Amino acid sequence: MEPAANTNGREPVLEVKGLHAAYRRNRVLEDVTFEVMPGTLTAIVGPNGAGKSTLLKTMLGLHPRLGGEVRFFGTSYRNAKLRVGYVPQRGSVDWDFPTDALDVVLMGLYGRIGWFRRPGRRHREQALEALAKMGMADFAKRQISELSGGQQQRVFLARALVQDADLYLLDEPLAGVDAATERAIMEMLKTLRAAGKTVMVVHHDLQTVEDDFDHVLLLNRTVIAHGPTGEVFTQETIARAYGGWLRRREMVPG
Amino acid sequence: MIGLSHNALWVLASMLMLGTASGLVGCFAYWKRHSLMSDALAHAALPGVVAGYAILGFKSLPVMLLGAAASALLGALAVSWIRSGSRVKEDTAMGIILSVFFGLGIMLLAIVNRLPGGGQSGLDSFIFGQAAAMVRQDMRTMAAAAAIVLLVVLVSYKEWKLHLFDPAFASGLGLSGRLMDAAYLTLLVAVIVIGIQAVGVILMAALLIIPAVSARYWTNAFGTMLALSAGFGGGAGAVGACVSTLGDGWPTGPFIVLAAAGTFLVSLLFGPRKGLLVRAMQRREQMRKLQTRAIRSDKLTEGEALP
Amino acid sequence: MSYEGWILLTASLVGLSCGLVGALLILRRMAMMADAISHTVLLGIVIAYLVTRELSGVHMLIGAAAAGLLTAVLVQWLHARGVRQEASIGIVFTTLFAIGVILIATKVGNAHLDVQHALMGEITFIPWETTPVPGLGEIPEAVLVLLTVLTVVAALILALYKEWKITSFDPALAAALGIPVTFLHYLFMTMISVTAVAAFDAVGAIMVIAMLITPAAAAYLWTDRLSVMLILSGLFGVASAFAGYGIAWLLDTSISGSMAFATGLLFLASFLFSPRHGLAARRLRARAAVGRSEG
Repeated sequence: MEPAANTNGREPVLEVKGLHAAYRRNRVLEDVTFEVMPGTLTAIVGPNGAGKSTLLKTMLGLHPRLGGEVRFFGTSYRNAKLRVGYVPQRGSVDWDFPTDALDVVLMGLYGRIGWFRRPGRRHREQALEALAKMGMADFAKRQISELSGGQQQRVFLARALVQDADLYLLDEPLAGVDAATERAIMEMLKTLRAAGKTVMVVHHDLQTVEDDFDHVLLLNRTVIAHGPTGEVFTQETIARAYGGWLRRREMVPG
Repeated sequence: MIGLSHNALWVLASMLMLGTASGLVGCFAYWKRHSLMSDALAHAALPGVVAGYAILGFKSLPVMLLGAAASALLGALAVSWIRSGSRVKEDTAMGIILSVFFGLGIMLLAIVNRLPGGGQSGLDSFIFGQAAAMVRQDMRTMAAAAAIVLLVVLVSYKEWKLHLFDPAFASGLGLSGRLMDAAYLTLLVAVIVIGIQAVGVILMAALLIIPAVSARYWTNAFGTMLALSAGFGGGAGAVGACVSTLGDGWPTGPFIVLAAAGTFLVSLLFGPRKGLLVRAMQRREQMRKLQTRAIRSDKLTEGEALP
Repeated sequence: MSYEGWILLTASLVGLSCGLVGALLILRRMAMMADAISHTVLLGIVIAYLVTRELSGVHMLIGAAAAGLLTAVLVQWLHARGVRQEASIGIVFTTLFAIGVILIATKVGNAHLDVQHALMGEITFIPWETTPVPGLGEIPEAVLVLLTVLTVVAALILALYKEWKITSFDPALAAALGIPVTFLHYLFMTMISVTAVAAFDAVGAIMVIAMLITPAAAAYLWTDRLSVMLILSGLFGVASAFAGYGIAWLLDTSISGSMAFATGLLFLASFLFSPRHGLAARRLRARAAVGRSEG
């Protein structure tokens, strides 16, 4: 396991203070506070309904905030939008939409291209490059409804890559993908980290947290624990996060 | 009631029954997440009504209603077919059936209206509803049909409750999902077909949607919701029918819809379950709790840890 | 231009503008919203008439745009308060439409604006209501209105093409990227309303739904490219207009009803025989796949 990045004197990439959010009548996020340092690869784990997806959405302003503060790179999200890459859950999209893989990746650049302008050759090249990084260059012109689940996820990753962000927020990118795609995605995330980027992943699989992530955030409505995986990901914190959710033998040995 | 003719009383009674039946079936549609399907089916019924008249050459309500039912059922099947046979989504399929069938209905109507005696068809009243144009016989048919719907719902109440809540589980218990779906569709079509002469094709959906949604604001219990929805529907039917008799040639449909909308507004504002007033009060409670907690935590930060 | 020529031109313009808007409409899954707006524009028109005592094109368009926006806003408002999307649409449009009908029945009486006409339109009157246009002579007002609407709609779609694309495909990402999803939503609602009322005069409110939804759905089954789908949708609209006119002439019946029915026929043909997504092609492919796996 690679050691956590040295954070002396560096500014946090993301600061969340006292974040509150509700869904229908339930408190989904309560007094969530944490800081993320640059160059880290963090897994956000917790039981279902613990607010993991809502956390991402609330931070990005996609879900109403009841209270608290969120700062990206020391400023508001609106000012830092170009530096943040968001990969939403795959299920939220209509895969019958008439478009091909390259087009989907190009959409990641729409925020930069600006009103009334078309994507140019340079943009197309960037998109192809991103696809190639995810091993999908051959599928550029393929209709997205013809892609498998794993391929669709790779296209989504490529779309995030093309945004060339400094902070990547991914919502369950490994859900329902085959093993090869899972490896490919994790390799890409580690490459990003090696390049100095920061990555946060809402993750569902406790077994792989220790191997793949240098930091972990245990969330169950509020932050149960946050920090380097080796220090913070223990049987005790997992038990606190999951309450009665896991049987003993399913817990990751700490 | 004073001064209302015998005929008017009949209109009132049949509208009441219609509203009640719609309220009930509307609840089912609500839980099946099928609310707008009733709009599509109501529009799809038009060609059947016209065909029913055209084939006989004179107006016979039972035949026209049968035609309406056949047409609406065909529409429902067509929506399924489109959805399962292609990538076209359900809302688009409903829109297609709604408008194409209705267009066909208009085509047939124009042809019929030109035939001798076409003016007596009373078919035009199917578009907006004209309860006052209904003769005693029509009302008897309507009332009988509505009563049957009521009976069916009451008798198989717990089967409906089970199927609507968890169809997979229900079929595991032996309650065939397909049977229930077919029964539901039959009830839906029956209510639509009964109602279109009074409320009209375009507004029938309102009577199926609005009372059910209104009832939701008052209760969490399925049975209570059914009863309330039936009551709201019946009430809207009665009130609307009354008001529409005040004017010369006023169509019944819109007044019934307005009456239903009125109950919806009241429910939305004052309903104890999710009504706006109640929600506003709840929110104030929550804010107050947040504030007291903040005050408390402020007091603790001097040297103490939060529990 | 001959009498028939004007009618066909009007209908083609309807087919084109509705087809363009319709393509985006069905991709955004808003077919039922279009259904709703086609009904509520009636209220907008009635109020515009009551206020201005005129049935001129401009006032109708404004009334319609307002009604369409009002519909979208109310549906959104109800939905945000916890009412299901479908139910919100159902409640709003039936209520607004009912108000419109009542206003007509009580206040307007049997003035020009009788309800049947409003709903069914009467394309046969179009060539008679003309306005002088410098250089071209007497042009039917409906044609002018439709041309304007078509131009504006086409321009908006072209200029904001990628914004429409991304907000239709992945609104969550679009919002995260800073694209004003809500603004575009309401802009689109306005486009639907304006197109609907412009087509009103020609084919009536109910049939506008057919023109908005069905040619687009047919086009959806022929292609996997958005740009092609838009163009095809418009062309199918025109084809339906012509075919409908032909049917109406043959059977001596309502032109608007026939046009709506014609869209259905075109859709049926596409549904069955489109080489890409039609039923026949699917069956053949499935059978070929089975054959391969067994062979």
